[in-house]
Amino acid sequence: MDQIITCINCPVGCRMSVSLSDNGEFLSVTGNTCPRGAVYARQECTLPKRTITAVIPVEGCRMPLSVKTSAPIPKELIRDVMYVLGSLHIHTPVQAGQIIIPHVLETDADIVATRNLP
Amino acid sequence: MTDRNIDILVIGAGPAGLAAAIAAREAGIQSLLVVDREKEPGGILRQCIHNGFGLHRFKEELTGPEYAQRDIDRAAELGIQIECSTMVLSVSPERCVTCVSPVNGFQRIQAKAVILAMGCRERPRGALCTPGTRCAGIYSAGTAQRFVNLEGVMPGKKVVILGSGDIGLIMARRMTLQGAEVLACVEIMPYSSGLNRNIVQCLQDYNIPLLLSHTVTDIQGLHRLEGVTVSEVDQNRKPVAGTEKHFGCDTLLLSCGLIPENELSLGAGVILSAATSGAVVDETFETNIPGIFACGNVLHVHDLVDHVSAESYKAGISAASFVRNRHDDLSYFAVADGTGVRGTVPQKIHRNVDCPVNLMFRPTGVYRNCSAVVECGNTEVCRKKSVIYTPGEMALITLKPEDLRNLTGSTLTVRIERN
Repeated sequence: MDQIITCINCPVGCRMSVSLSDNGEFLSVTGNTCPRGAVYARQECTLPKRTITAVIPVEGCRMPLSVKTSAPIPKELIRDVMYVLGSLHIHTPVQAGQIIIPHVLETDADIVATRNLP
Repeated sequence: MTDRNIDILVIGAGPAGLAAAIAAREAGIQSLLVVDREKEPGGILRQCIHNGFGLHRFKEELTGPEYAQRDIDRAAELGIQIECSTMVLSVSPERCVTCVSPVNGFQRIQAKAVILAMGCRERPRGALCTPGTRCAGIYSAGTAQRFVNLEGVMPGKKVVILGSGDIGLIMARRMTLQGAEVLACVEIMPYSSGLNRNIVQCLQDYNIPLLLSHTVTDIQGLHRLEGVTVSEVDQNRKPVAGTEKHFGCDTLLLSCGLIPENELSLGAGVILSAATSGAVVDETFETNIPGIFACGNVLHVHDLVDHVSAESYKAGISAASFVRNRHDDLSYFAVADGTGVRGTVPQKIHRNVDCPVNLMFRPTGVYRNCSAVVECGNTEVCRKKSVIYTPGEMALITLKPEDLRNLTGSTLTVRIERN
Protein backbone atom coordinates (compact mmCIF):
# COMPACT_ATOMS: atom_id res chain seq x y z
CA MET A 1 0.00 0.00 0.00
CA ASP A 2 1.45 3.39 -1.03
CA GLN A 3 0.68 6.81 0.37
CA ILE A 4 1.73 10.14 -1.18
CA ILE A 5 2.50 12.95 1.29
CA THR A 6 4.09 16.40 1.19
CA CYS A 7 7.02 17.04 3.50
CA ILE A 8 6.48 20.02 5.81
CA ASN A 9 10.01 20.48 7.14
CA CYS A 10 11.09 23.21 4.71
CA PRO A 11 9.84 25.23 1.72
CA VAL A 12 11.04 22.62 -0.80
CA GLY A 13 7.98 20.52 0.11
CA CYS A 14 9.20 17.16 -1.27
CA ARG A 15 6.44 14.88 -2.56
CA MET A 16 7.21 11.59 -0.88
CA SER A 17 5.86 8.14 -1.61
CA VAL A 18 5.59 5.94 1.48
CA SER A 19 5.16 2.15 1.29
CA LEU A 20 3.18 0.59 4.10
CA SER A 21 2.52 -3.08 4.80
CA ASP A 22 -1.07 -4.37 4.75
CA ASN A 23 -1.37 -3.86 8.48
CA GLY A 24 -0.09 -0.29 8.24
CA GLU A 25 3.55 -0.78 9.21
CA PHE A 26 6.10 1.58 7.68
CA LEU A 27 8.26 -0.14 5.04
CA SER A 28 10.09 2.52 3.02
CA VAL A 29 9.97 6.06 1.67
CA THR A 30 11.12 7.57 -1.64
CA GLY A 31 11.12 11.13 -2.93
CA ASN A 32 12.65 12.75 0.16
CA THR A 33 15.83 14.75 -0.42
CA CYS A 34 17.06 14.78 3.18
CA PRO A 35 16.91 12.59 6.33
CA ARG A 36 14.41 14.87 8.04
CA GLY A 37 11.90 13.93 5.32
CA ALA A 38 12.25 10.23 6.13
CA VAL A 39 11.68 10.82 9.85
CA TYR A 40 8.58 12.90 9.12
CA ALA A 41 7.23 10.36 6.60
CA ARG A 42 7.50 7.50 9.10
CA GLN A 43 5.75 9.46 11.87
CA GLU A 44 3.08 10.94 9.60
CA CYS A 45 2.11 7.60 8.05
CA THR A 46 2.12 5.53 11.23
CA LEU A 47 1.01 7.85 14.06
CA PRO A 48 0.39 11.43 12.87
CA LYS A 49 0.33 13.90 15.77
CA ARG A 50 -0.61 17.56 16.11
CA THR A 51 -0.36 20.24 18.77
CA ILE A 52 -3.85 21.65 19.15
CA THR A 53 -4.57 25.23 20.16
CA ALA A 54 -8.03 26.62 20.82
CA VAL A 55 -10.01 29.28 22.64
CA ILE A 56 -12.56 28.37 25.31
CA PRO A 57 -15.23 30.51 26.97
CA VAL A 58 -14.65 31.64 30.56
CA GLU A 59 -17.58 32.28 32.86
CA GLY A 60 -18.12 35.92 33.72
CA CYS A 61 -15.43 37.08 31.30
CA ARG A 62 -15.97 38.44 27.81
CA MET A 63 -12.53 37.43 26.68
CA PRO A 64 -11.96 33.77 25.86
CA LEU A 65 -9.00 31.79 27.22
CA SER A 66 -6.42 30.51 24.74
CA VAL A 67 -5.09 27.02 25.45
CA LYS A 68 -2.84 24.41 23.86
CA THR A 69 -1.97 20.77 24.27
CA SER A 70 1.38 20.59 26.09
CA ALA A 71 2.58 17.99 23.55
CA PRO A 72 1.36 16.81 20.15
CA ILE A 73 -1.61 14.43 20.39
CA PRO A 74 -2.71 11.78 17.87
CA LYS A 75 -4.44 13.51 14.97
CA GLU A 76 -7.50 11.27 15.23
CA LEU A 77 -8.23 12.72 18.69
CA ILE A 78 -8.50 16.36 17.54
CA ARG A 79 -12.31 16.38 17.32
CA ASP A 80 -12.69 14.61 20.67
CA VAL A 81 -10.37 17.10 22.36
CA MET A 82 -12.41 19.98 20.93
CA TYR A 83 -15.60 18.41 22.35
CA VAL A 84 -13.95 18.11 25.78
CA LEU A 85 -12.87 21.77 25.60
CA GLY A 86 -16.37 22.85 24.58
CA SER A 87 -17.90 21.36 27.73
CA LEU A 88 -15.52 22.99 30.24
CA HIS A 89 -16.60 25.51 32.86
CA ILE A 90 -13.65 27.77 33.60
CA HIS A 91 -13.51 30.68 36.04
CA THR A 92 -11.07 33.56 36.29
CA PRO A 93 -8.33 34.09 37.33
CA VAL A 94 -6.21 31.91 35.07
CA GLN A 95 -2.42 32.09 34.81
CA ALA A 96 -0.47 31.33 31.63
CA GLY A 97 1.00 27.84 32.03
CA GLN A 98 -1.80 26.69 34.35
CA ILE A 99 -2.95 23.12 33.64
CA ILE A 100 -6.64 23.16 32.75
CA ILE A 101 -7.02 19.40 32.11
CA PRO A 102 -4.22 16.97 33.01
CA HIS A 103 -3.66 14.05 30.60
CA VAL A 104 -6.49 14.97 28.26
CA LEU A 105 -8.28 11.85 26.94
CA GLU A 106 -5.62 9.70 28.64
CA THR A 107 -2.84 11.00 26.40
CA ASP A 108 0.48 12.23 27.76
CA ALA A 109 -0.54 15.82 26.96
CA ASP A 110 -2.17 18.36 29.28
CA ILE A 111 -4.43 21.21 28.26
CA VAL A 112 -2.50 24.32 29.31
CA ALA A 113 -3.52 27.99 29.38
CA THR A 114 -1.39 30.17 27.08
CA ARG A 115 -2.39 33.56 28.49
CA ASN A 116 -3.25 35.25 31.77
CA LEU A 117 -6.88 36.12 32.44
CA PRO A 118 -7.01 38.17 35.64
CA MET B 1 -1.75 69.40 27.44
CA THR B 2 1.49 67.94 28.74
CA ASP B 3 4.90 68.43 27.23
CA ARG B 4 7.53 65.79 27.86
CA ASN B 5 11.12 65.38 26.83
CA ILE B 6 12.53 61.87 26.51
CA ASP B 7 15.48 60.13 24.87
CA ILE B 8 13.71 57.41 22.87
CA LEU B 9 10.05 56.99 21.97
CA VAL B 10 8.96 53.65 20.50
CA ILE B 11 5.66 53.62 18.59
CA GLY B 12 4.04 50.18 18.87
CA ALA B 13 4.31 47.58 21.64
CA GLY B 14 4.22 44.50 19.42
CA PRO B 15 7.22 42.20 19.03
CA ALA B 16 9.16 44.88 17.07
CA GLY B 17 8.58 47.73 19.52
CA LEU B 18 9.24 45.55 22.57
CA ALA B 19 12.51 44.18 21.16
CA ALA B 20 13.69 47.67 20.18
CA ALA B 21 12.83 49.05 23.64
CA ILE B 22 14.56 46.15 25.41
CA ALA B 23 17.69 46.66 23.32
CA ALA B 24 17.74 50.43 23.96
CA ARG B 25 17.34 49.94 27.71
CA GLU B 26 20.01 47.24 27.79
CA ALA B 27 22.26 49.70 25.96
CA GLY B 28 21.78 52.09 28.89
CA ILE B 29 18.96 54.41 27.78
CA GLN B 30 16.95 55.32 30.88
CA SER B 31 14.55 57.85 29.40
CA LEU B 32 12.50 55.52 27.23
CA LEU B 33 8.78 55.22 26.50
CA VAL B 34 6.75 52.74 24.45
CA VAL B 35 3.24 53.72 23.33
CA ASP B 36 0.57 51.48 21.81
CA ARG B 37 -3.02 52.13 20.73
CA GLU B 38 -4.26 48.75 22.03
CA LYS B 39 -5.24 48.11 25.65
CA GLU B 40 -2.39 45.65 26.21
CA PRO B 41 1.11 45.22 24.81
CA GLY B 42 1.93 42.27 22.53
CA GLY B 43 0.62 43.49 19.18
CA ILE B 44 -0.80 41.03 16.69
CA LEU B 45 0.75 38.08 18.59
CA ARG B 46 -2.04 38.40 21.16
CA GLN B 47 -4.52 37.03 18.64
CA CYS B 48 -2.17 34.45 17.07
CA ILE B 49 -3.03 31.68 19.51
CA HIS B 50 -1.61 28.91 17.27
CA ASN B 51 1.85 27.53 17.93
CA GLY B 52 5.05 27.63 15.89
CA PHE B 53 6.54 30.92 17.09
CA GLY B 54 10.05 31.20 18.48
CA LEU B 55 11.71 28.14 16.92
CA HIS B 56 14.75 30.20 15.86
CA ARG B 57 14.99 32.46 18.88
CA PHE B 58 14.02 30.18 21.76
CA LYS B 59 14.50 26.76 20.11
CA GLU B 60 10.98 25.80 21.12
CA GLU B 61 7.50 26.19 19.67
CA LEU B 62 5.45 28.82 21.45
CA THR B 63 1.99 30.23 20.82
CA GLY B 64 1.75 33.93 19.95
CA PRO B 65 0.63 35.05 23.42
CA GLU B 66 3.45 33.03 25.02
CA TYR B 67 6.06 34.57 22.70
CA ALA B 68 4.76 38.08 23.42
CA GLN B 69 4.72 37.43 27.17
CA ARG B 70 8.46 36.69 27.20
CA ASP B 71 9.19 40.15 25.81
CA ILE B 72 6.57 41.79 28.04
CA ASP B 73 8.15 40.11 31.09
CA ARG B 74 11.64 41.18 30.04
CA ALA B 75 10.46 44.75 29.49
CA ALA B 76 8.88 44.75 32.97
CA GLU B 77 12.09 43.36 34.47
CA LEU B 78 13.98 46.27 32.92
CA GLY B 79 11.37 48.74 34.17
CA ILE B 80 10.44 49.88 30.67
CA GLN B 81 7.44 52.21 30.68
CA ILE B 82 4.67 51.12 28.29
CA GLU B 83 1.64 53.39 27.86
CA CYS B 84 -1.27 51.58 26.21
CA SER B 85 -4.56 52.93 24.81
CA THR B 86 -2.40 55.71 23.40
CA MET B 87 -2.92 56.74 19.80
CA VAL B 88 -0.10 58.59 18.10
CA LEU B 89 -1.46 61.37 15.90
CA SER B 90 1.70 62.68 14.30
CA VAL B 91 5.46 62.52 14.18
CA SER B 92 7.37 65.59 13.02
CA PRO B 93 10.74 65.50 11.23
CA GLU B 94 12.15 67.11 14.41
CA ARG B 95 10.92 64.03 16.33
CA CYS B 96 8.11 65.79 18.14
CA VAL B 97 5.30 63.26 18.60
CA THR B 98 1.69 64.08 19.43
CA CYS B 99 -0.63 61.48 20.92
CA VAL B 100 -3.89 61.08 22.83
CA SER B 101 -5.03 58.68 25.52
CA PRO B 102 -7.90 58.52 28.02
CA VAL B 103 -5.47 58.81 30.95
CA ASN B 104 -3.07 61.49 29.74
CA GLY B 105 -5.24 63.35 27.26
CA PHE B 106 -3.36 65.16 24.52
CA GLN B 107 0.40 65.00 24.88
CA ARG B 108 3.33 66.42 23.00
CA ILE B 109 6.49 64.38 23.44
CA GLN B 110 9.85 65.60 22.19
CA ALA B 111 12.18 62.63 21.64
CA LYS B 112 15.85 62.53 20.71
CA ALA B 113 15.12 59.37 18.68
CA VAL B 114 11.88 57.77 17.49
CA ILE B 115 11.53 54.09 16.60
CA LEU B 116 8.65 53.34 14.22
CA ALA B 117 7.27 49.86 15.01
CA MET B 118 3.62 50.14 13.97
CA GLY B 119 3.39 46.86 12.06
CA CYS B 120 1.22 46.29 9.02
CA ARG B 121 -2.40 45.92 8.03
CA GLU B 122 -4.28 43.59 5.73
CA ARG B 123 -5.21 44.37 2.14
CA PRO B 124 -8.95 45.16 2.26
CA ARG B 125 -11.75 44.21 -0.11
CA GLY B 126 -11.66 47.63 -1.76
CA ALA B 127 -8.10 46.99 -2.91
CA LEU B 128 -9.07 43.68 -4.55
CA CYS B 129 -11.77 45.03 -6.90
CA THR B 130 -13.99 41.98 -6.34
CA PRO B 131 -17.41 42.51 -7.95
CA GLY B 132 -20.71 41.95 -6.13
CA THR B 133 -22.86 43.45 -3.40
CA ARG B 134 -21.53 45.22 -0.33
CA CYS B 135 -23.21 42.99 2.23
CA ALA B 136 -22.15 42.09 5.77
CA GLY B 137 -20.12 38.94 6.35
CA ILE B 138 -16.91 39.90 4.52
CA TYR B 139 -13.89 40.23 6.78
CA SER B 140 -10.14 40.24 6.47
CA ALA B 141 -8.76 37.02 7.94
CA GLY B 142 -7.02 38.93 10.73
CA THR B 143 -10.24 40.68 11.73
CA ALA B 144 -11.97 37.30 11.98
CA GLN B 145 -8.99 36.03 13.99
CA ARG B 146 -9.42 38.90 16.43
CA PHE B 147 -13.16 38.22 16.75
CA VAL B 148 -12.66 34.52 17.48
CA ASN B 149 -9.51 34.58 19.59
CA LEU B 150 -9.82 37.84 21.53
CA GLU B 151 -13.47 38.86 21.48
CA GLY B 152 -14.90 35.33 21.77
CA VAL B 153 -17.40 35.64 18.91
CA MET B 154 -17.66 33.64 15.70
CA PRO B 155 -18.05 35.76 12.55
CA GLY B 156 -20.11 33.10 10.75
CA LYS B 157 -20.97 29.45 10.16
CA LYS B 158 -20.23 28.68 6.50
CA VAL B 159 -17.01 30.16 5.27
CA VAL B 160 -15.09 30.65 2.02
CA ILE B 161 -11.54 31.98 2.23
CA LEU B 162 -10.04 34.07 -0.58
CA GLY B 163 -6.24 33.97 -0.64
CA SER B 164 -4.02 31.25 0.75
CA GLY B 165 -1.53 33.28 2.75
CA ASP B 166 -0.65 31.87 6.14
CA ILE B 167 -3.26 33.92 8.02
CA GLY B 168 -6.00 32.56 5.72
CA LEU B 169 -4.77 28.99 6.21
CA ILE B 170 -4.54 29.41 9.98
CA MET B 171 -8.09 30.83 10.02
CA ALA B 172 -9.40 27.91 7.93
CA ARG B 173 -8.31 25.59 10.74
CA ARG B 174 -9.43 27.90 13.56
CA MET B 175 -12.92 28.36 12.11
CA THR B 176 -13.23 24.58 11.61
CA LEU B 177 -12.05 23.74 15.12
CA GLN B 178 -14.36 26.34 16.68
CA GLY B 179 -17.37 24.85 14.90
CA ALA B 180 -17.76 26.53 11.49
CA GLU B 181 -17.73 24.79 8.11
CA VAL B 182 -15.00 25.97 5.72
CA LEU B 183 -16.05 25.17 2.15
CA ALA B 184 -12.90 26.13 0.25
CA CYS B 185 -9.73 28.17 0.20
CA VAL B 186 -9.47 29.99 -3.13
CA GLU B 187 -6.08 31.16 -4.50
CA ILE B 188 -5.68 33.20 -7.70
CA MET B 189 -2.04 32.13 -8.20
CA PRO B 190 -1.07 28.61 -9.36
CA TYR B 191 0.73 28.14 -6.01
CA SER B 192 0.03 29.05 -2.39
CA SER B 193 2.22 31.63 -0.67
CA GLY B 194 1.58 29.83 2.63
CA LEU B 195 3.96 27.40 4.32
CA ASN B 196 3.73 23.71 3.36
CA ARG B 197 3.21 23.00 7.03
CA ASN B 198 0.08 25.14 7.06
CA ILE B 199 -1.32 23.67 3.84
CA VAL B 200 -1.00 20.18 5.31
CA GLN B 201 -2.04 20.93 8.89
CA CYS B 202 -4.70 23.59 8.30
CA LEU B 203 -6.36 22.44 5.05
CA GLN B 204 -5.56 18.78 4.32
CA ASP B 205 -6.11 17.68 7.94
CA TYR B 206 -9.69 18.97 7.70
CA ASN B 207 -10.34 18.05 4.04
CA ILE B 208 -10.69 21.70 3.02
CA PRO B 209 -10.15 22.01 -0.74
CA LEU B 210 -7.44 24.43 -1.95
CA LEU B 211 -8.55 25.79 -5.32
CA LEU B 212 -5.41 27.09 -7.06
CA SER B 213 -5.73 29.40 -10.12
CA HIS B 214 -9.24 30.32 -8.93
CA THR B 215 -10.73 33.54 -7.63
CA VAL B 216 -14.01 34.96 -6.34
CA THR B 217 -15.82 36.60 -9.29
CA ASP B 218 -19.11 37.52 -7.64
CA ILE B 219 -20.45 38.19 -4.16
CA GLN B 220 -24.18 37.79 -3.49
CA GLY B 221 -26.38 38.90 -0.59
CA LEU B 222 -28.56 41.89 0.18
CA HIS B 223 -27.93 42.43 3.90
CA ARG B 224 -25.84 39.41 4.87
CA LEU B 225 -23.60 37.44 2.53
CA GLU B 226 -25.54 34.57 0.90
CA GLY B 227 -22.96 33.12 -1.44
CA VAL B 228 -19.97 33.66 -3.70
CA THR B 229 -19.16 32.64 -7.27
CA VAL B 230 -15.70 31.17 -7.80
CA SER B 231 -14.13 30.91 -11.27
CA GLU B 232 -10.96 29.43 -12.66
CA VAL B 233 -8.42 31.96 -14.00
CA ASP B 234 -6.07 31.64 -16.99
CA GLN B 235 -2.32 32.32 -16.86
CA ASN B 236 -3.00 36.06 -17.06
CA ARG B 237 -5.21 35.75 -13.97
CA LYS B 238 -8.35 36.52 -16.02
CA PRO B 239 -11.49 34.51 -15.13
CA VAL B 240 -12.36 31.76 -17.65
CA ALA B 241 -16.03 31.90 -18.75
CA GLY B 242 -17.98 28.73 -18.10
CA THR B 243 -15.92 27.65 -15.06
CA GLU B 244 -18.15 29.34 -12.44
CA LYS B 245 -18.98 27.40 -9.27
CA HIS B 246 -21.39 28.64 -6.63
CA PHE B 247 -20.77 28.34 -2.90
CA GLY B 248 -23.59 29.13 -0.47
CA CYS B 249 -21.89 30.78 2.52
CA ASP B 250 -22.46 33.50 5.13
CA THR B 251 -18.83 34.53 5.53
CA LEU B 252 -15.98 35.42 3.19
CA LEU B 253 -12.51 35.86 4.70
CA LEU B 254 -9.83 37.74 2.77
CA SER B 255 -6.19 36.76 3.14
CA CYS B 256 -4.65 38.68 0.26
CA GLY B 257 -1.49 40.28 1.55
CA LEU B 258 -0.18 42.72 4.11
CA ILE B 259 0.79 46.38 3.76
CA PRO B 260 3.11 48.23 6.17
CA GLU B 261 1.19 50.89 8.07
CA ASN B 262 3.17 54.04 7.30
CA GLU B 263 0.82 57.01 7.64
CA LEU B 264 2.84 58.38 10.58
CA SER B 265 6.12 57.79 8.75
CA LEU B 266 4.91 59.74 5.71
CA GLY B 267 3.84 62.62 7.96
CA ALA B 268 7.38 62.76 9.30
CA GLY B 269 8.80 63.00 5.78
CA VAL B 270 10.18 59.44 5.77
CA ILE B 271 10.86 58.21 2.23
CA LEU B 272 9.20 54.87 1.44
CA SER B 273 10.40 52.13 -0.93
CA ALA B 274 8.04 51.15 -3.75
CA ALA B 275 9.19 47.52 -3.43
CA THR B 276 8.57 47.07 0.31
CA SER B 277 6.03 49.88 1.03
CA GLY B 278 8.20 50.48 4.10
CA ALA B 279 10.86 53.09 4.85
CA VAL B 280 14.17 53.29 3.02
CA VAL B 281 16.75 52.57 5.74
CA ASP B 282 20.47 52.04 6.20
CA GLU B 283 22.01 49.08 8.04
CA THR B 284 21.31 50.77 11.39
CA PHE B 285 17.59 50.92 10.42
CA GLU B 286 17.72 54.73 10.38
CA THR B 287 15.41 56.34 7.81
CA ASN B 288 16.25 59.41 5.72
CA ILE B 289 15.13 61.54 8.70
CA PRO B 290 17.97 61.65 11.27
CA GLY B 291 16.99 59.99 14.54
CA ILE B 292 13.90 58.23 13.12
CA PHE B 293 14.31 54.47 12.88
CA ALA B 294 11.97 51.77 11.54
CA CYS B 295 11.81 48.04 12.22
CA GLY B 296 9.50 45.01 12.03
CA ASN B 297 6.50 44.78 9.72
CA VAL B 298 6.23 48.55 9.29
CA LEU B 299 9.61 48.36 7.54
CA HIS B 300 8.93 45.24 5.45
CA VAL B 301 6.54 42.33 5.90
CA HIS B 302 8.20 39.36 7.61
CA ASP B 303 7.20 35.68 7.66
CA LEU B 304 8.70 34.90 11.06
CA VAL B 305 8.40 36.90 14.28
CA ASP B 306 11.85 35.62 15.25
CA HIS B 307 13.28 37.74 12.41
CA VAL B 308 11.20 40.73 13.51
CA SER B 309 12.66 40.51 17.01
CA ALA B 310 16.25 40.15 15.79
CA GLU B 311 15.95 43.09 13.38
CA SER B 312 14.20 45.33 15.91
CA TYR B 313 16.76 44.59 18.60
CA LYS B 314 19.42 46.00 16.27
CA ALA B 315 17.26 49.05 15.57
CA GLY B 316 17.01 49.63 19.33
CA ILE B 317 20.80 49.50 19.72
CA SER B 318 21.21 51.93 16.81
CA ALA B 319 18.73 54.39 18.31
CA ALA B 320 20.59 54.23 21.63
CA SER B 321 23.93 55.04 19.99
CA PHE B 322 22.28 57.84 18.00
CA VAL B 323 21.09 59.41 21.25
CA ARG B 324 24.57 59.18 22.77
CA ASN B 325 26.76 60.34 19.91
CA ARG B 326 25.12 60.84 16.60
CA HIS B 327 27.22 59.71 13.65
CA ASP B 328 27.62 62.08 10.76
CA ASP B 329 29.15 59.64 8.36
CA LEU B 330 27.16 60.06 5.19
CA SER B 331 29.22 57.84 2.90
CA TYR B 332 27.02 54.96 1.76
CA PHE B 333 26.77 52.07 -0.65
CA ALA B 334 23.36 52.00 -2.31
CA VAL B 335 21.76 48.54 -2.31
CA ALA B 336 19.85 47.56 -5.46
CA ASP B 337 17.55 44.68 -6.43
CA GLY B 338 18.95 42.60 -9.32
CA THR B 339 17.49 39.66 -11.27
CA GLY B 340 15.11 37.53 -9.23
CA VAL B 341 15.21 39.82 -6.19
CA ARG B 342 12.71 42.33 -4.82
CA GLY B 343 12.54 44.59 -1.79
CA THR B 344 16.06 44.29 -0.37
CA VAL B 345 16.41 45.83 3.11
CA PRO B 346 18.46 47.83 4.06
CA GLN B 347 18.55 50.00 0.97
CA LYS B 348 21.87 51.62 1.92
CA ILE B 349 24.93 50.64 3.97
CA HIS B 350 27.60 52.85 5.53
CA ARG B 351 30.89 52.29 3.69
CA ASN B 352 32.83 51.97 6.94
CA VAL B 353 30.35 49.61 8.65
CA ASP B 354 32.01 47.67 11.48
CA CYS B 355 29.56 44.83 12.13
CA PRO B 356 27.92 42.18 9.92
CA VAL B 357 24.91 43.32 7.89
CA ASN B 358 21.99 41.07 7.00
CA LEU B 359 20.52 41.79 3.58
CA MET B 360 16.89 40.60 3.53
CA PHE B 361 14.91 40.24 0.32
CA ARG B 362 12.05 38.44 -1.43
CA PRO B 363 12.81 36.17 -4.39
CA THR B 364 10.48 37.07 -7.29
CA GLY B 365 9.79 33.44 -8.19
CA VAL B 366 10.67 29.88 -7.22
CA TYR B 367 14.38 29.20 -7.79
CA ARG B 368 15.76 25.73 -7.09
CA ASN B 369 19.48 25.08 -6.48
CA CYS B 370 20.46 28.70 -6.98
CA SER B 371 22.81 31.20 -5.39
CA ALA B 372 22.12 34.68 -4.09
CA VAL B 373 25.02 36.87 -5.19
CA VAL B 374 25.99 40.35 -4.00
CA GLU B 375 28.12 42.33 -6.46
CA CYS B 376 29.74 45.75 -6.53
CA GLY B 377 30.30 46.59 -10.18
CA ASN B 378 32.04 43.50 -11.54
CA THR B 379 33.41 42.45 -8.15
CA GLU B 380 31.63 39.60 -6.36
CA VAL B 381 31.26 40.52 -2.69
CA CYS B 382 29.38 37.56 -1.29
CA ARG B 383 27.52 34.43 -2.43
CA LYS B 384 25.06 32.06 -0.73
CA LYS B 385 23.74 28.82 -2.17
CA SER B 386 20.29 27.50 -1.38
CA VAL B 387 18.29 24.41 -2.32
CA ILE B 388 15.31 26.70 -2.84
CA TYR B 389 14.41 30.37 -2.92
CA THR B 390 10.65 31.07 -2.93
CA PRO B 391 8.59 34.27 -2.75
CA GLY B 392 6.86 32.93 0.36
CA GLU B 393 10.06 32.97 2.38
CA MET B 394 12.22 35.98 3.05
CA ALA B 395 15.81 35.26 2.07
CA LEU B 396 18.81 36.49 3.99
CA ILE B 397 22.46 36.96 3.08
CA THR B 398 25.05 38.24 5.55
CA LEU B 399 27.79 40.69 4.54
CA LYS B 400 30.88 40.82 6.72
CA PRO B 401 32.55 44.23 7.23
CA GLU B 402 35.72 42.93 5.54
CA ASP B 403 33.66 42.01 2.43
CA LEU B 404 33.02 45.72 1.95
CA ARG B 405 36.58 47.03 2.31
CA ASN B 406 38.50 48.19 -0.77
CA LEU B 407 35.43 48.29 -3.01
CA THR B 408 35.50 51.13 -5.50
CA GLY B 409 31.91 51.00 -6.76
CA SER B 410 28.98 52.78 -5.14
CA THR B 411 26.17 50.21 -5.55
CA LEU B 412 25.76 46.72 -4.13
CA THR B 413 23.44 44.64 -6.30
CA VAL B 414 21.70 41.51 -5.00
CA ARG B 415 20.59 38.96 -7.58
CA ILE B 416 19.77 35.28 -7.89
CA GLU B 417 21.96 33.21 -10.18
CA ARG B 418 21.26 29.71 -11.46
CA ASN B 419 24.12 27.34 -10.58
